Amino acid sequence: MLRNELSLMFRRRRLQVLLFVLGLVPIAIMLAVRFSGGPDRGEGPAFLNQVTNNGVFATLAALTVTLPIFLPMAVAVVAGDTVSGEANLGTLRYLLIRPIGRVRLLATKATATAVFCLAATLVVAVGGLLAGVVLFPVGRITTLSGDTLALSTGVVRIAGAALLIGLSLLGLAAIGLFISTLTDVPVGAMAGTLGVFILTGVLEALPQVRAIHPWLFVHDWASYGDLLRTNVRWASINHNLVRQGIYILVFGSAAWARFTTKDVLA
Amino acid sequence: MSEHQNATVLLEARPGAPESPAPAALEPSLPATTQRSPTPPSYVWAIETRGLTKRFGQATVVDGLDLRVPAGSVFGFLGPNGSGKTTTIRMLLGLISPSAGEVHLLGEPIPAANGRVLPRVGALVEGPAFYPWLSGPQNLARFDAAGSDSRRVGRNERIADALARVGLTAAADKKVKAYSLGMRQRLGLANALLHPCELLILDEPTNGMDPQGTREIRHLIRDLAENGTTVCLSSHLLAEIEQVCTHVAVMRLGKLLAQSSLQELRATTVERLRVITTDTELARATLHAYGVVVTIADDGALNIDPGEHSPEELNRVLVTAGVGVRRLVLESPTLEDTFVALTGEGFDVAQ
Repeated sequence: MLRNELSLMFRRRRLQVLLFVLGLVPIAIMLAVRFSGGPDRGEGPAFLNQVTNNGVFATLAALTVTLPIFLPMAVAVVAGDTVSGEANLGTLRYLLIRPIGRVRLLATKATATAVFCLAATLVVAVGGLLAGVVLFPVGRITTLSGDTLALSTGVVRIAGAALLIGLSLLGLAAIGLFISTLTDVPVGAMAGTLGVFILTGVLEALPQVRAIHPWLFVHDWASYGDLLRTNVRWASINHNLVRQGIYILVFGSAAWARFTTKDVLA
Repeated sequence: MSEHQNATVLLEARPGAPESPAPAALEPSLPATTQRSPTPPSYVWAIETRGLTKRFGQATVVDGLDLRVPAGSVFGFLGPNGSGKTTTIRMLLGLISPSAGEVHLLGEPIPAANGRVLPRVGALVEGPAFYPWLSGPQNLARFDAAGSDSRRVGRNERIADALARVGLTAAADKKVKAYSLGMRQRLGLANALLHPCELLILDEPTNGMDPQGTREIRHLIRDLAENGTTVCLSSHLLAEIEQVCTHVAVMRLGKLLAQSSLQELRATTVERLRVITTDTELARATLHAYGVVVTIADDGALNIDPGEHSPEELNRVLVTAGVGVRRLVLESPTLEDTFVALTGEGFDVAQ
């Protein structure tokens, strides 16, 4: 069933376009950097000013640029559509009378959404990497601490950062899955998920509500940078992962409670 | 619409007239030889509900339904729009939970035994539904894969068989968004028939189909019934129901007005005499003087409740009085007459 769910998802034109655009964003940025003579040092998003020295950094630059908006938006679209999309099409009733257990269906949807989070991150990373390697020289990697690492070690670190960003999206995906069980209108669930994300971003930016910052799923989203220090700092990376785990647990349970008792009228 | 008055026996069966005992004929008939026994089928009723009730907020959509569909029957489930048929079907299939009462499908409780029972049930609920960006076979493969009993072995053959049964083989590889309404309906039926089932629940199966398709569906239902599948069929096309069904139930405003075999339902309604004469007024006066109730239809025909008089006797009375009788027909009321007599409001939306 998971295999079928994934092929259903990735066969959809909307998703293909979404991934295509996600892959195009880093390529467009790298082209702009290459043919405008490179950014001034110290300006623009993190890692972007290093791209001209080392094309491998394009991966991180691409992820850094897409993490604030593009990736969460894509996750909101896919996660919001999970259950409400099936309800909207009416296919939910035919799946349930086949029968597929409601828990199994929800677990399949959740897994497929997680796969999408990782796939979307991968597309951005690979798009950035390809553009960077083609357009710029490649060499040893300079860490945030100022040392340099062997290219192979550096690439492993950057791959780890990409994986961490993919995992960072899971908390938002869990929220989207829950909201998706609340409605039969996919657009509503997508907008709701995006709304929660924007609200969270606003709260994170307000120092007046610093007390609740540790509870926000975006709080340690920047922790992937710690993988690029000479000696990796694990504290905020671990906090980030634990926080995503808690969000998955809480909103996964809420989705389960809602979906297993829901009257399917669509 | 019927203008005759002979459905009084059935009208007494309406809830709200408790002083008149329900005629025995309105109890669903048991297949005479079937007993509750462990040998298959181990159930007498393919569908049995007790006091089934569904409330949405203030509105009671299904109200104390005691539905009994005999195993092996072709059961017509009738009712005006908004009478609660689809809500009932959704409860039968465990899609929504009842506010009160219980459901047994194939002898087992729903929704507790969903996983055991539903693989043996095929259904078309409130129209077909598909993923428009997939082809017909891809859609069926998705539903096939979703089942707990799903096997990849033979999936393509199962799908090809089901498509052939509903006459969709030629158009199958188009994406569903390019399908016409009738084709979607056929694909929905193919989905219901994807697995051998003991019970088939079809909500408006011929909706959107051309007459040819409607005929094919009728044959399909007869075939299935001959092979022992119980078919429960909701439809507004009363002539359809009349042609294929052995049993019927009529619902209105969430309540069951009647359920019985078609024969028994017919037996409770009285035949009428339809007479066309050369002199309608004289004929009416003559029969009235003879003590017979007569109404005159729009086309000038006399609709006569013969009571205990035989047709030949009434004919003689008319001829003796000098009325020329051109045409005299003894008519059984159609299912539509009976239906209208029961539901009162014809096909208007009831809620």
